[in-house]
Amino acid sequence: MDQQAMRCRMRGVGMTRFILRRLMLMVLTMLVVSILTYLLLEINGYSVVVKVLGPYSTDEQRVLWLEANGYNRPVWERYLTWLGGMVTGDFGQSLKYRAPVSDVLWPRLANTGILAATVFAVMIPLSIVAGVLAGMKEGGALDRVISLFSIVTTSVPEFASSVLLAFVFILLLGWFPATSTMSNGFDPLQLVMPAMVLILFGFGYVARMMRASMAEVMQSNYVRTAILKGMPFRRVILLHALRNALIAPFAVIVLQINWLLSGVIVVEFFFAYRGFGALLLESSLTQDIFMLQACAMISVIVAVGTQTIADVGYGMLNPRVRFT
Amino acid sequence: MTEFLLNPGSSELQTRRVRGWRSRLPRILFSPVGLIGGFICLFWIAVSLAAPLLSPFGPTEQVAPFQTPGMIAPDGRVFWLGSDHLGRDIMSRIIWGGRRVLFFSTIATGSAYAVGVSLGLVAGYFRGWIDDLVSSFANVVLSFPVLVLYVVIISTFGASGLNIVVAVTFASAPGITRIVRGIVLDLRSRDYVASAQTRGESAAYIMFREILPNATSLLIVDACLRLGYTTITIGVLGFLGLGLPPPQPDWGGMINETRAMATFAPHMTLFPCIAISSFVLGLNLLADGLRESTLKD
Repeated sequence: MDQQAMRCRMRGVGMTRFILRRLMLMVLTMLVVSILTYLLLEINGYSVVVKVLGPYSTDEQRVLWLEANGYNRPVWERYLTWLGGMVTGDFGQSLKYRAPVSDVLWPRLANTGILAATVFAVMIPLSIVAGVLAGMKEGGALDRVISLFSIVTTSVPEFASSVLLAFVFILLLGWFPATSTMSNGFDPLQLVMPAMVLILFGFGYVARMMRASMAEVMQSNYVRTAILKGMPFRRVILLHALRNALIAPFAVIVLQINWLLSGVIVVEFFFAYRGFGALLLESSLTQDIFMLQACAMISVIVAVGTQTIADVGYGMLNPRVRFT
Repeated sequence: MTEFLLNPGSSELQTRRVRGWRSRLPRILFSPVGLIGGFICLFWIAVSLAAPLLSPFGPTEQVAPFQTPGMIAPDGRVFWLGSDHLGRDIMSRIIWGGRRVLFFSTIATGSAYAVGVSLGLVAGYFRGWIDDLVSSFANVVLSFPVLVLYVVIISTFGASGLNIVVAVTFASAPGITRIVRGIVLDLRSRDYVASAQTRGESAAYIMFREILPNATSLLIVDACLRLGYTTITIGVLGFLGLGLPPPQPDWGGMINETRAMATFAPHMTLFPCIAISSFVLGLNLLADGLRESTLKD
C-alpha cells in the first residue's frame, strides 16, 4: 500500500462524508420549511374550513367538517399526517379544480419544465461565451459593451421586459402570438416570448459572474506564465484559463434553477402560459389552500435540491471547500 | 442573489482602519458609469420629493380617459404621457407612484438592514451557538425561492404597505446577515479590535464603532443593489395584484391595471415600465461605480 493509494482512499472517504452531510442538511432544511409552511397555512383550522366550505357555510357544517377531517387533534399529530400525505404524493383535493391536486399539478410542472429547459439551453451557452469574451481583456471595448448590456438586462424586471418585448415583437412586428396558452396543442412559437424574457433577465447575471471569474483567472500566475512563454493566446484561453474560470460560476449556474422558480411566476402570469408558476399564483390568489401547500413544498424541494447539487458539485470541482 | 457579487474576505475588504465612508465618496466622480447611475437615482429622488409641485394632475383625479400622449385636457392642462382607462394622468401617476415606491422600498430595505446587520454582527462576533442558530435560520429562509415566499406571505396576511415591509425584511435580512457575518469574521482578528478589547470596551461598542464602520464601503454597494431588488419586488407584487393597495398609484400596479389595453393603448403600460427600469438601472450602475472605486485601493 503506497502513499498515493492511501491519499486517494482518504479523499474518497472525505467526499462521501461531505455528500452525506449535505444530504442530511437538505432533508433537515426541507423539514423545517415544511413545518413553517404548515404553521403558516394550517395552524388555524377555522380559517381552513372557511376556505374549504366557503364564506356562506353554517357553523354546524364547519364543526362537522373539522371533526371529520381530524382538525380536533393536536397540531403535531395533524402535521405528521399532513407530512405523510406530502411524502407519498397525496396532496389532497384542489378546491378550485374539484380534482386531486396531483392531477393538476404534474402536467403544469411538466409545462414549466419545458420552458425552463428551453431557457437554460439558450441562456447558459450565451452567457458563458459573453462572460469569457468580456473577462479575457478586462477593461477592453468588448468588455465594456458586454458589461453594460448585462447591467441593463438585469435591471429591467421581468414584468417590465415582458411589456417592452411584447410591445416590439407582438404589437409592432406581429411575429409571435400574444398569449402562450398552448390551447391547440404544443406550439414552439408560443414558447419564444416567455423564454426570451427569462433569458434576458438571467443572461446578465450569469455573464457578470463568468466575467469576474475569468478576469481573476487571467491575472493568475500560470496564465501569465503561459502567455510569457509564447503560447498562442487562443490556446492559453482554451487550455489554461477557461477550465479554471468555469469552477466558480458553476454554483451560480445551478442556482439559476432556483431563480427561475421566481421568474416563471411573472412570465407565466403575463403570457398566460399554463405552467407551475401561474398555478402557484392562482392558488394563492383564490386561496386554494391544498394546492398552494403542494406548490410551496414542490418549490422548496426544487430549491433545496438544486442548492445541494450546487454545493456537492462545487465541492467535487474545488476540493478546498470540503473541509471548511 | 447579490451574495455572489460581493465576496467578503477577498481583496475587496480594506485593510486600513477607516472611520466613516465620506472620505471615499468623491471617488465616484472618476467613474462615468457610476456617475450616470447616481444622476438617475438623484433624478427620481428629486421627482419624488417634489411630486406635489411637478405633477399637473392629482394622482387619482379622473379627467378624460384614453388620451394619448400630448393631448390636452378641457381645462388646458396637457397629458404629457396620456391618460389611463379611468381618465387619470399617467405622468402624474408615475410621479406619485414613484414617491410611494421609493418610500416603501427605502423603508423595507432599511428595516431589512437594521435586522440583518444586527444579527450578522452578533453571529460573527460571538460565534458559538448563537452563530449556529442565526446562520441555520438564515439558510432556511434563503433556501426558499424569494417570490414564492412573498406570494405565500402576502396572500396569507393581505396586501398592505406594512405587510410588504415585514415580508421584505423577513426575506432579505438573512442575506444581509450572511454578508455582515462574513465581514465580521474577517475583521474581528484585526489589531484595532484587539486593542479595543484590551482597553475593555463593551462588545456593543466594538461591534458598532470599530467593526461596522470598516464594513460600510462594502455594505453601501450591497445596499444599492438590494434597494434595486426591493424596488423590483414591490413592482412585481403590484404587477401580480398583491402590492400596495389602489387607488393610490404604484408602478407595478399601474401596469397590472392597464395591461389588458396594451394592444390599443400601449402608452399606459410602457411609461411605468420605463420608470421602474430606469430607477433600478440607476441603482445598479451606481453600485457598479461604487464597487469599482472601492476596488482601486
